[in-house]
Amino acid sequence: MSGKKVIFDTALRASVNLQSSKLPTELTKSSTALFSALSGVKATLPDLSYDYNALEPAISAQIMELHHTKHHQTYITNLNAAMEKMDSAMMNGDVSAVIALQGALKFNGGGHINHTLFWENLSPNSEYKEGGTLDKALKERFGSKDGFISELTATSLAIQGSGWGWLVYNPKTKMVDIASCPNQDPVEATTGLKPLLGIDMWEHAFYLDYKNVKPDYVKAIWDVINWDTVEARLEAAK
Amino acid sequence: MKLAIASLFIGLASAWSPANDASSSRREAISKTLAAGAALAYPLVSNAYSVPDLPYPYEALEPYIDTPTMKIHHDKHHATYVANINKAMEGKEEVPILDLMENALDAGPVRNNGGGHYNHAFFWSEMAPPDVAKKTKPSDALAKMIDASFGSMDEMKSQFEAAAAPGAVFGSGWVWVVLNNAGTKLEIVGTPNQDNPLMKGVKDEIKFPILGLDVWEHAYYLKYQNRRPEYVSNWWNVVNWDKVSENFAYVSEKKSGVPVEG
Repeated sequence: MSGKKVIFDTALRASVNLQSSKLPTELTKSSTALFSALSGVKATLPDLSYDYNALEPAISAQIMELHHTKHHQTYITNLNAAMEKMDSAMMNGDVSAVIALQGALKFNGGGHINHTLFWENLSPNSEYKEGGTLDKALKERFGSKDGFISELTATSLAIQGSGWGWLVYNPKTKMVDIASCPNQDPVEATTGLKPLLGIDMWEHAFYLDYKNVKPDYVKAIWDVINWDTVEARLEAAK
Repeated sequence: MKLAIASLFIGLASAWSPANDASSSRREAISKTLAAGAALAYPLVSNAYSVPDLPYPYEALEPYIDTPTMKIHHDKHHATYVANINKAMEGKEEVPILDLMENALDAGPVRNNGGGHYNHAFFWSEMAPPDVAKKTKPSDALAKMIDASFGSMDEMKSQFEAAAAPGAVFGSGWVWVVLNNAGTKLEIVGTPNQDNPLMKGVKDEIKFPILGLDVWEHAYYLKYQNRRPEYVSNWWNVVNWDKVSENFAYVSEKKSGVPVEG
């Protein structure tokens, strides 16, 4: 940590010195901006916009609290640790160390992204708007809302091991589609598809409530989907 | 068909043998005979694999692995892999599940469900109730190999726990102590999902498990929730080192995976 501070101080001193020279102000601004961008960027656990028990009986308060305060928090803690190491590696120009950190970044960064999206696409108030942008897109691709639900359910249940089922927007075909990713792989970063709705199929997401009966979990989660958020994401993605 | 009828006659006759004097055991004998006869008459290939019985009661591994987990893990999760591998192997030649492992990567259902069946059958057999387990220890040969490969048993456990830590096995998977292909040393390897080191292509070479730990969340979540490290460090209390030593002797001699029941 202290090693990093010395570099900062050197950089700041350098930029201050640059300021006092006759070099253009853009150059001095950009050097300080570069170094401050690498520091102090820490992920934090987002608050849920509903109580832990708000999604019952689909998902219990016990699961929500564990999932949010333990699992998601752990991804954040480990992501921040990996990003700090990344900062040092980059500042030292240590390409090997940068590459070695990729696994931890994908796993913990993906975990943070995925869970943040997940909390937002769940809600105790689950109202679906007929005829809206989302409805039209689902009908275009799946024939009906039920057709979509069927397909995402099947894809999610078919995941072997840990992973996520997604409704995505494909910017190339300009249509919505279904995708699944293993472990905590983030959809957009690994496939280019834009995430609209995610279903966490890791066992920790449902085990205390449903044990091995995954189908019951996926069936129940359709009761607590935040369709407004899904539609807003689709509109933003287009 | 003839075989079925013959076995029916023999079986039914045995129901009235002097040994079966209680009427309930006669009923049992008759129903078993009819079932056996039916199985022979209609060789339903879906009976190829089965979930082996646990070598101890569900509650035997308490407090380190809880009873509800043992029940659901064995009766539901393992059973599902067996049902699915039977479906996948319908109409095909019946072979021991061990024999499916080498080429498991050729077919998704065999990799996931065949792997799942083998791994769990292997898992149940290497554990024992804590009071039994604590009287077991590695054989001289195994102890020597552990020291040569890791420095000490404690060092091996340390490395194993690191490999089983939440960040190390990224999603669902297993951690194994294996004998390398050349048979010269033990290693610790992690495999994702239901892969195991016997499957060609999973590691740089086929390796032979002597000990394995399920770190899928279903293996520990009811009791430990997210506290996987606690599950892993507690698990040593139920490891049957006599069985692990047997596994080591077997793989060292045969250069093949340990056969399992079911």
